[in-house]
Amino acid sequence: MTAAALPRAPGAGQATAPVHTVMVVPAMHCAGCMAKVERTLGRIDGVVSARVNLTARQVDVAHDDRVCVPDLVAALALIGFDAQPRIDLAEPVSAVRPLLAPLAVAAFACMNVMLLSVSVWSGADGPTRALFHWLSAMIGVPAIVFAGRPFFASAWGAVRRGSTNMDVPIAIGVILATALSVHETITGGPEAWFDGTLMLLLFLLAGRALDAMMRDRARAGVDALLRQAPGGAMVVDAQGAATWRAVTDLAPGMVMRVASGERLAADGAIVCGASRFDQSLLTGESAAVPGNPGDRVLAGTLNLENPVDVRVTASGQDTSLAEIARLMAVAGQARSRYVRVADRASRLYAPVVHTLAVLAFAGWLAAGAGLHQSLVIAISVLIITCPCALGLAVPVAQVVATGALLRRGVLVKDGSALERLAEVDHALIDKTGTLTFGRPVPDAASLDMLHGDEASVALALASHSRHPLSVALTQALGLRGVRAVDLTDVAEIAGRGMTARRGAMVVTLGRAAGADGMATALTTPGNPVRIIRFADALRPDWHQALARLRALHVECAILSGDNAAAVAEVAQITGLPARAAVSPADKQAAIAALQATGATVLMVGDGLNDGPALAAANASIAPGSASDVGRQAADLVFTGVSLLAVPRAIGAARATMRVVRQNFVLAIAYNLLAVPLAMAGLVTPLVAAVAMSTSSLLVIANSLRLAGTIR
Amino acid sequence: MTSLALLIPIALLMGMMGLAAFFWALRRGQFSDLDGAAARILIEDDDRDAP
Repeated sequence: MTAAALPRAPGAGQATAPVHTVMVVPAMHCAGCMAKVERTLGRIDGVVSARVNLTARQVDVAHDDRVCVPDLVAALALIGFDAQPRIDLAEPVSAVRPLLAPLAVAAFACMNVMLLSVSVWSGADGPTRALFHWLSAMIGVPAIVFAGRPFFASAWGAVRRGSTNMDVPIAIGVILATALSVHETITGGPEAWFDGTLMLLLFLLAGRALDAMMRDRARAGVDALLRQAPGGAMVVDAQGAATWRAVTDLAPGMVMRVASGERLAADGAIVCGASRFDQSLLTGESAAVPGNPGDRVLAGTLNLENPVDVRVTASGQDTSLAEIARLMAVAGQARSRYVRVADRASRLYAPVVHTLAVLAFAGWLAAGAGLHQSLVIAISVLIITCPCALGLAVPVAQVVATGALLRRGVLVKDGSALERLAEVDHALIDKTGTLTFGRPVPDAASLDMLHGDEASVALALASHSRHPLSVALTQALGLRGVRAVDLTDVAEIAGRGMTARRGAMVVTLGRAAGADGMATALTTPGNPVRIIRFADALRPDWHQALARLRALHVECAILSGDNAAAVAEVAQITGLPARAAVSPADKQAAIAALQATGATVLMVGDGLNDGPALAAANASIAPGSASDVGRQAADLVFTGVSLLAVPRAIGAARATMRVVRQNFVLAIAYNLLAVPLAMAGLVTPLVAAVAMSTSSLLVIANSLRLAGTIR
Repeated sequence: MTSLALLIPIALLMGMMGLAAFFWALRRGQFSDLDGAAARILIEDDDRDAP
């Protein structure tokens, strides 16, 4: 385990302490990437060491003051990795780390105490038993205090709010069992329960750690993308000098120069230049909107054609982008009130268990047993019913399901997401970018119209341009196996298109005058003008995906911000009911209206304009190509292009909840067997230890079946 | 009994050593990148000067 970058001999007189820079490199995913990144950075003069953290998709670079951040970014760009210095938005704390130490202590103490307990069970007596109990107490009590802290803290928090959760019966059981065992040890009694108590804590901590590990892993991929620095803009001052400013440094009144193909970093009004803008991220509208001097343009929109100068009118917290973020923050609060299934189960479970324990105590006292014996029996009821298998029932099933989904390209960001997703009966699907790709794709029919080498000319022209239509055309023709012809004098005229010479003839590819919708015109000598139309194509497999959703009894509808004509077309093809031209706030309202009728709503969307709706719905899914906001707001993110991920995720969530319910039945059935024994006073620490491990193993084995069933 | 008096402290001491080693590893960040640790085994160290 040596860092791949060797320390370099420091130059004479340069004994300054190295500076650490943490860079986010989202594209790293394997050993090869790690080696490339570490070696490339290590070779830079002045870099002391570079160490990749693959889980967090980050690299920690130690360097002296000869190296600055742009050098590192440039070095990584050369080998094909996009990198950004990390900005420290409140660093998401790892959920697993605080559980590792209690887990290790519980495991250590459990093993050692069990060793001593085995001797007691096999008949150690008199002073030997007393010695072993004392040793167990010396190991067990500090270990229980340390390893039980996560449960004590959570239980205390719930009790103080006057509610109850899973941890309340656990904490009561653990504390009473420990107190009884200490009493038995001091008075030289026959039975101590340190082994069972520690085993209980060990199993429960293992369940918690699994749950936390799942959340950490799924979040890491999404966080790596979110933690990239926000964009910025080229700001032109009165003297005409251009400087790059980060988004946070933009102020109203500044003039920013927006190149073609760039996104606007702030709201503003066009000062000079005219272009067309793609607002689909913000509104869902697919057709480009023209912008002329004096027109208002919004942050987040994409400049399609000509460079324009824009005077900033609102930046940072005042943009329409930030307004959407505020809507989302409010919408997310409703979801935090969701009560997870384990806590719901324990709300029913805890009162029953505590009543049984009290009944056992009162019953034995009434039957003439001593105070001490009645107390021992009541506590053994509490220990035997402590929700050990219940504690594993939910996390193990969810971890197995999340792992299986991850391998099929669906990231689950939160454990409760699967629980909420399983209950869904209505799905609202955004059009642009979700049902469709959200980018133009040339119409196959118009490509078929190209005769002879027209397609080769079109490819040659399109490949020289970064305009979205050209990029789409290049991609589509490349897929058809078209080869580009040789052209000379290729030039791009802003707003008009591409021209070039082919031999002595002029060929052009550019704006199609008079054509409605997205289209481009190809002129070649000796041929009529060819119009190539573009449409936002539906994702593949949409048909099967919708059929499978229907089979799952999920009613689908389209909810889009796009114009009525574009939405009606997709609605007609897919046969789904649709609402068009819906604003972000209206999407949220539509979800609230559905929820008011008793429906449980799934939102599938990608854009910024879907953010509030994604946060407000009972559960939400976003494609991996979604905006940062969409990915952050959604519970699940699917990385592939196929829409089949949506029914797959719902199916997996329902299968998981089925297994969780089976696990509950298994755990409770075990209690039904054990509780009468405990109430009859027949349970010894040995019986408790065996019963507890068997029921936990049963639950784990049942959950593992999920790995095979998720397709 | 005399053997127990020797064996129990030895067993406890060895267990404590294991626990201490785990805590040391935890503090040194050995568990902060489990995916990376799994992938690192595949990196070849000796091709530093290869083209």
